[in-house]
Amino acid sequence: MSLEPEELNYLKSKIGREPSSTELHIVAAEWSEHCSYKSSKKHLKMLPMSGPLVISEKGYDSGVLDVGGGYVITAHIESHNHPSAVEPYGGAATGVGGVIRDILSAGTRPIAILDGLRFGNIENDKQARWLFKNAVTGIADYGNCLGIPTIGGEVEFDECYSNYALVDVAAIGFGKKENLIKNHANNGDLVVLVGGSTGRDGIGGSQFASDSLETEDRSAVQIPDPFIEKLIIEAILEARKHNLINALKDLGGGGLSCAISETADTLGIGIEMDVDKIHTREPGMHPDEIMISESQERMLIITNRQKLKKLQEICKKFSIACSVIGHVTSGNKMHVKKGSETFANISTDIVANAKLLDRPSKKPKYLKLIQKEKKLKPISNLSKTMMQLISSPNIASKIWVYSKYDHEVGIRTVIKPGQDASVLRLDNGKFLAVKIDGNPKHCYINPREGAIGCFEEACRNVVCTGAKPIGMLDHLQFGNPQDPEIFWTFLETLKGLTDFAKYFKIPCIGGKVSLYNETPKGSIKPTPLIGILGLIDTKPLFPKKIKLNDSLIIIGNTKDELGGSEYYEYIHKFVGGNCPRVDFKESKKNMNAVLGIIKRELIKVVHDCSKGGLGIAITEICMTNHIGCNISINEVPGEKLEFERILFSESHSRYLLVLEQENLKEVETVLKEKKVPFKIIGKFGGKKIQFLQGKKTMIDLDVNKTHKIWANSLKDMVLRG
Amino acid sequence: MKVGVIVFPGSNCDRDMFHVLTNVFSLDAQYFWHKNGLPKNIDAVILPGGFSYGDRLRAGAIAAHSPIIQDVRKMADKGIPILGVCNGFQILVESGLLPGVLLKNSSLDFMCEWTNLIVENNNTPFTSQFQIKQKIPIPIANGEGRYFVDEDTLKKIKKKNQIVFRYDRVVNGSTDRIAGVCNEDGNVVGMMPHPERAVESEINPIDNKPSSLIFKSLISSIGATH
Repeated sequence: MSLEPEELNYLKSKIGREPSSTELHIVAAEWSEHCSYKSSKKHLKMLPMSGPLVISEKGYDSGVLDVGGGYVITAHIESHNHPSAVEPYGGAATGVGGVIRDILSAGTRPIAILDGLRFGNIENDKQARWLFKNAVTGIADYGNCLGIPTIGGEVEFDECYSNYALVDVAAIGFGKKENLIKNHANNGDLVVLVGGSTGRDGIGGSQFASDSLETEDRSAVQIPDPFIEKLIIEAILEARKHNLINALKDLGGGGLSCAISETADTLGIGIEMDVDKIHTREPGMHPDEIMISESQERMLIITNRQKLKKLQEICKKFSIACSVIGHVTSGNKMHVKKGSETFANISTDIVANAKLLDRPSKKPKYLKLIQKEKKLKPISNLSKTMMQLISSPNIASKIWVYSKYDHEVGIRTVIKPGQDASVLRLDNGKFLAVKIDGNPKHCYINPREGAIGCFEEACRNVVCTGAKPIGMLDHLQFGNPQDPEIFWTFLETLKGLTDFAKYFKIPCIGGKVSLYNETPKGSIKPTPLIGILGLIDTKPLFPKKIKLNDSLIIIGNTKDELGGSEYYEYIHKFVGGNCPRVDFKESKKNMNAVLGIIKRELIKVVHDCSKGGLGIAITEICMTNHIGCNISINEVPGEKLEFERILFSESHSRYLLVLEQENLKEVETVLKEKKVPFKIIGKFGGKKIQFLQGKKTMIDLDVNKTHKIWANSLKDMVLRG
Repeated sequence: MKVGVIVFPGSNCDRDMFHVLTNVFSLDAQYFWHKNGLPKNIDAVILPGGFSYGDRLRAGAIAAHSPIIQDVRKMADKGIPILGVCNGFQILVESGLLPGVLLKNSSLDFMCEWTNLIVENNNTPFTSQFQIKQKIPIPIANGEGRYFVDEDTLKKIKKKNQIVFRYDRVVNGSTDRIAGVCNEDGNVVGMMPHPERAVESEINPIDNKPSSLIFKSLISSIGATH
């Protein structure tokens, strides 16, 4: 818990004296990688962050999009990886709490949560199962209690997360544009701390998160209390309604140190505060501890003397503490006192702006070796292989997870979890589709193409509901950035995302970088997670029941791209090969064609091809509709490949469409006009899912049996203990 | 016709219920904070779902001692229709206005899923528009939703026709698959599933008409008494 020697020298040169102990603690917290983004900040600027719908305001922790009719959407993504790896329940729960407060600090009501979870191999690793189970319960208990629906997400298992966990939480907020908080402060305004008490939990959490997990510093994990968070949400929104808030900031990583210094720096003000005025959980806390405690469920409000009484009344109504801890001063110093004694008095532009680093990068050696293909053992029984994949943890239904989340509360969830993307209805008559996607297996083999693939996959998923992507959230998770090879993968990821965002004109509205994700066996695979928000002006595609003789169409080319696929890794235990690449032009064409056809209401179901490829995507459609299908694999457009390769390639930009025969002609005409590669490859009916090569049935599955295994296998694995 | 929606600290389905009452069924609804009293001119009271007091101690246990419960009790005695949904049901049970208790689900997990209810009693202000044995597709979302009564009480509530809804299959281990009950007079009804999440076709993937009858029953019963 200290600064690097060169950082200490830099600090001394900036302030022209020895820093006090409290100043050192404040600066160490704020200059941690977690709070300062010192390794990444220089590079993050390459991402496009503006667009016609983007609203930017001073001091927001979440992105804001104008969705029309006087309404805005706010969105943010955060992770709580280090805490979740040692205490999954509390780590995951407080992860939800933190990102929810980011949404609240813009003055908007949180309306949805999504979670992206990653663990080791739960099939044979008991600890991975324990981490998984408890992280899910932590998210469920917190989100359910708040009454904010957890409407979607993804779960993935990979050996690279053994003894570790990635817990990413995205949150969406909604409100009137006129109710956004316009952060401002005047000299003499009051600084108020609202919510939970400040305790010794979470001390030094941000530095803890900026180190490799060598010591299991459990006291650095925060303790969740969703009930207080719920009261804070209602109190803050009521205070906002009465216009009592000049500026608002969530207390997250770095606690008060970060909230005070960043608020002061952003607004160009000074803040004088007295730690004796803070409601603490226990007596005898030192100012150093108070300043860096990361106790949860706290918000910082700047208000004025006229408004204070009403603010205190509202807090009293909700039984939450409300302490005036200081006031706004001229100048730019944060002055921390205990009674009359000064413990820190330092310029906030120094505290809030760590010296940015330009870390060296080098292409990792492993990449050259890993992109080679390998001759695979022939498979004699493909039906068996298919069943293995269906029941594998990465492909099996995640109903065990999302049935623990209240995904209905708020009565906005029009398309529920378990579909390509979830859809919420908005008060302006429009609909919002959201999805988060990651794919570390692809990203490991090719960081740049892998990251682009995650971006496209998330877009595909919202497109399947009829939504046009309007904003992106990125969460970039890597190992130790001091390793030039790891830093290279970070830069490649960022470049890939930037290229795609610019080409598709999808602005990045928020994000997070999480580094030092190291496990006892080494660093995690590059794990960028992409969240996409899509807007639907009229109505989403409500999936309709598939009936006898409905047709199956595939849009998009299938290529020899099985590197990082579930088929290679789960069936053949082979890590390597050709990573799928997105052809931007083709991607755009296919996306627009699908959106056009959905708009014409010619389609019953649209599903994208991703993990497990075409074979799994078709089987999923059959299982969720309890109907069989006959599929001719020879008809699939794209490269001429072996049967298995066509079935399990994870090429991007592919969509499956189900439609009634009477609409077939019209759809074909549209697709021909749009010049997208497509073919009719199947017909629904009966109870058998049959994949044919020519006239030969290569795979023959009973839809009900398959569904049962798919739906229950994750639960069975978890209940193994 | 005025319907009161009670808000406890931690209620989180209050706004959903309010939306349904006002925007879907055009009723005059009003929120009442748990520390305030209920005015005399209220025609019906709804205790919405949520996590009052964060489910501390036991779901509904602390809210059952809120000042407003005294007024709810008086209204119950006067025969005014009172509905508790999910946490609201738990509060009514904890306050002794309804028989039985709600325990952790037999899976020990929170469960959010769509179920089917069977109407067993159409002689309450919330079920008068139903046929007996009519099916209602409706979602549940709870961790402590397993209704339990001992054998003697079960016999008694059966005899007095106090079982209002049953699940059509074993969902959470509830005694006799009970999903909702009423008091002896029938004017106080509690149910674990969420009718406010099922009455709009946009968010109900199955059929929104049956659950709408819960509110239509209320409207006709308030209309009949006033």
